[in-house]
Amino acid sequence: MTRSIPRGRAIGAALAAVAVAATAVACSTESPSTEAGGTYSIWDPYPQFTDDSDWVRLLKGCGTSAGVTVDRTGYDTTDLTNKALLAAQQGNSPDVLIIDNPVISTLAEAGTLTTTDETNLDVSAMEPNLLGAGQSGGKTYGVPIGANTLALYYNKDLLTEAGVDITTVTDWPSLTAALVKVKAAGKKGITFSAIGTEEGSFQFLPWFWGAGAQLTALDAPPAVAALTLWSDWLAAGHAPNSVINNTQTTSWQEFASGDYAFSENGTWQLANAAKLDFEYGIIPVPARTGGTAPAPTGGEFISIPVQRDTGRYATSQQLVTCLTSGDNLLTTDTTLSYIAPVAAVQEQQVAANAELKVWVDAVKAAKGRTGDDLGTRYPRISEPLWTAVQSALSGAQTPQEALSAAQQAAVSATS
Amino acid sequence: MGIDVTRTPRAATVGETGGAASTAPPAHRRRRHPSGSRWAAWAFLAPVAGYLVAFYAYPLYRNVELSLREYTVRSFVQGGAPFAGLDNYRAVLSAPTFPSALLNTLVFTAASLVFQFAIGLLLALFFHRHFPLSRTLRALFLVPWLLPLIVSASTWSWLLNSEAGVVNAALALVGVEPVNWLTSPRWSLVSVIIANIWIGIPFNLVVLYSGLQAIPRPLYEAAELDGAGGWQRFRWITWPLLRPVSAITLLLGLVYTLKVFDLIWIMTRGGPTDSSTTLATWSYRLGFGNLLPEFGSGAAVGNLLILLAVAAGGLYLGFERRQRLS
Repeated sequence: MTRSIPRGRAIGAALAAVAVAATAVACSTESPSTEAGGTYSIWDPYPQFTDDSDWVRLLKGCGTSAGVTVDRTGYDTTDLTNKALLAAQQGNSPDVLIIDNPVISTLAEAGTLTTTDETNLDVSAMEPNLLGAGQSGGKTYGVPIGANTLALYYNKDLLTEAGVDITTVTDWPSLTAALVKVKAAGKKGITFSAIGTEEGSFQFLPWFWGAGAQLTALDAPPAVAALTLWSDWLAAGHAPNSVINNTQTTSWQEFASGDYAFSENGTWQLANAAKLDFEYGIIPVPARTGGTAPAPTGGEFISIPVQRDTGRYATSQQLVTCLTSGDNLLTTDTTLSYIAPVAAVQEQQVAANAELKVWVDAVKAAKGRTGDDLGTRYPRISEPLWTAVQSALSGAQTPQEALSAAQQAAVSATS
Repeated sequence: MGIDVTRTPRAATVGETGGAASTAPPAHRRRRHPSGSRWAAWAFLAPVAGYLVAFYAYPLYRNVELSLREYTVRSFVQGGAPFAGLDNYRAVLSAPTFPSALLNTLVFTAASLVFQFAIGLLLALFFHRHFPLSRTLRALFLVPWLLPLIVSASTWSWLLNSEAGVVNAALALVGVEPVNWLTSPRWSLVSVIIANIWIGIPFNLVVLYSGLQAIPRPLYEAAELDGAGGWQRFRWITWPLLRPVSAITLLLGLVYTLKVFDLIWIMTRGGPTDSSTTLATWSYRLGFGNLLPEFGSGAAVGNLLILLAVAAGGLYLGFERRQRLS
């Protein structure tokens, strides 16, 4: 401070600093992809795929055949919802958005997605139970790119050791009987994820729906039966207490340790399952009285966000059609380890890999969380539901008390 | 505050002389001088001021605005959210989560501060005595602070895992029943507090240690000559002379602890059933933790948290003024 600086230079430096700041602002306000025919932006929730992956190559290829350049960005799934909402608010949504299916109703509610009628997307080939998650008020807001869902992985070696015949496991009592045998053999029963987020609701729903419960009546007897099944497993030591904090990844790690007989997990673990150092098998989640329980569908939808320049929709439509038709859909779903949303492609998948049969069946029985015309009411129901699961499993409340409280919270949140 | 008081009269004098001497030629030249450098000063200030406005003032303003309007996802995107006055605050204050979140925040903050400070002070006194390897050991104590929070929080949740955690394994060795650290409503808050204390100790250690070094050695020597024992030297020299440093350590710790979010979110997600939910995690859950965001209520909780921090800052300023006056 005591040394004098030549004034001219000081002002110059200050102005330079201001200029740099100003350019930075100018750059950030520039909206991406406004040139016609030039670049089309695609956002997806698959940051694990780099530019040299099959997935990105497929995207670029579709761009080339539509005569445009594709600018693709991969975001973390949970991050993408907020990013998409903010982009819509700023008026610079991507041309094509690939997003987790329960988010579709939220984005549609916000008025940020076009309907398939507006953009002439053909969804007639899609399985109705998968398409349901993207429908709201009789309109369809996107095309399912592929589906995954939940089933029970089991440790063959461990079950043989414990003397359990897996073919006898067809309903809740036979599953619990198997768990009792496993425990008697000194091993651990089943692991799942009951964490206090959407993931927890996702994992609980196959049991909830498998008992015949409805999301509009959380405190009905079937719902209580489902939660009692889980809390009894914890109380009897058939399921570890750590499920209350397990994500699906940590619950898989428990299963991979080889100590657990069963793990409720999804299609996306198939690649990891191949690396297990024991033999594994997969059965659908059994319903209370037998048969396959409807599991919630996971997986993404491809949608076309609303643009100021509606002339862009034609090319976006070409891109979406390219990604969801014929061989490309097979490539996409093989890359993502998903089950195709189209019956014909499902058959191709099973023909190529017979192991996928159980998943195709599970996906056929699955239903969308935001379906049954719940739409944006689903998130308001799901939060009380996972809270009730946590409350009952941690012993804070009985299943009946917890679900009654949940029903009250859901009713007041959705009314 | 003290500096301001001394500077104001001087600034006033400069202004007066400038104004009075404006007719005299030599003073005239002198007057152009400061105005030119004032230009430069403003130019230098502009980037910082712009930065502060863009990254502090505007977000804060937006947050207040968010909390005063009834935002749905639709109005967030399309605009036109109706003004709701204090409705969001009313809803938040009457929510069943509020009392437990507030209580948890207070318990979390108070317990963290007390233990961080006490253990940090003990360690600082310990290292102040300079013994072989004390520098190395002190450096090792900094590790918790240097680790990214995601790493330390994940490590803690593995340690405290009910099934496979090291802590329960150690308890089993001494014949104690396993504790569901993260998954029982009784223990989850305790667990996140323990982890947070561990993370905060290095900060307290470093600041208090440098405070101790600023205390002149001759005072201790004189006290020793007068026959003061270890405790008396601490009570009558260290403690009073360390008080300003202690106050700022506690204030910074308080502000930091109030807003702790990542640690709790990674370890327990605020659960089970709100048992470790603080205002910070609740605000996040409202705004981003659900498929259908509630920006209005989330912002309202965030603002309440800011008010708490500002109140703490006010307490500190009051404390400092009293110190100065006495």
